[in-house]
Amino acid sequence: MTTELSLSDHAHALHPPTSTGLDNRKVAIWTFIGSECLFFASLISTYLVYKGRDTKGPTPDEILQIPLVTFGTALLLFSSLFVVIALNGAQTGNRKRLLFWLGMTIVCGMFFVGMQVYEFQHFVHEGLKLQTNLFGASFYTLTGFHGTHVTIGVIWLITVFITALRGKLPPERALNLEMAALYWHFVDVVWIVIFPVVYLMK
Amino acid sequence: MDSHAAHAPEAQGLDPHEKSHPGPGVYIKIGVVLFVLTALEVAAYEVAHRPGSLGTLLQPILVPVLLLLSAAKFALVAMYYMHLKQDSKLFSGLFVFPLIIAAVVIVSLIALFIYHYSYQRGML
Repeated sequence: MTTELSLSDHAHALHPPTSTGLDNRKVAIWTFIGSECLFFASLISTYLVYKGRDTKGPTPDEILQIPLVTFGTALLLFSSLFVVIALNGAQTGNRKRLLFWLGMTIVCGMFFVGMQVYEFQHFVHEGLKLQTNLFGASFYTLTGFHGTHVTIGVIWLITVFITALRGKLPPERALNLEMAALYWHFVDVVWIVIFPVVYLMK
Repeated sequence: MDSHAAHAPEAQGLDPHEKSHPGPGVYIKIGVVLFVLTALEVAAYEVAHRPGSLGTLLQPILVPVLLLLSAAKFALVAMYYMHLKQDSKLFSGLFVFPLIIAAVVIVSLIALFIYHYSYQRGML
């Protein structure tokens, strides 16, 4: 009981009382995620309204590769699982669990970015550039912005990993990882929408 | 620290009125479901694009099936991995309200462009 009380006191000492009773940093990250929903909605709707309006190829049917992207999708889904296990490790003070699963999340994220770089290179080689047709412009803009978000997420997770490695991520500071994890899950849910819309409904 | 204290919201760095987050067991179960749903998406796509009676049957309903599977995956990640099921309802509001606006934006733009293209072709 004494330990619980002291942890509670410590957690509250990290942020002053707020009108909502919630940590403002968590409210801020959720507000940011809400605004990102609208950002990706505009990109997805642009892709959809230009779908099938090309006057010349390459078209989605000719160029998109399902097996490679399915592998990338699985990686991103697994990374979401790994980061939430790492968060559990951070919240319960299990340092070994935190470091291992956070490391695995970063590796999965890097592989996903690598997959996307390979895919873009392959498409350019096949003749699909940003300025080639409407599909090229909307596809690269949508998946490129998503890839940029994944890259930012990887960098953010690496900084949290280094903090944890230095022993500066005790349970009462687990929110630092939770915010990065929330962003990472958002990047995952955006891909959950992009994958069927772009690759499976071509 | 005893087991109760370890799972208390405060011990997890959460605000006291937020419920405790689930453990790795629940996360792994959700992960398996997400993997199965993704496999179903790809299987539906493959079957619909193969010649045969099943493919012919699935082709017209492929888009609704994919949207349904995608929505299920989205909801599972948001509820369990992003902890909207356990956390304050304010966070759900901050996420769901823009999500509704996003859906309205997508549907409105598609409807607008369908009208525009139909008008251009003299179909209206």
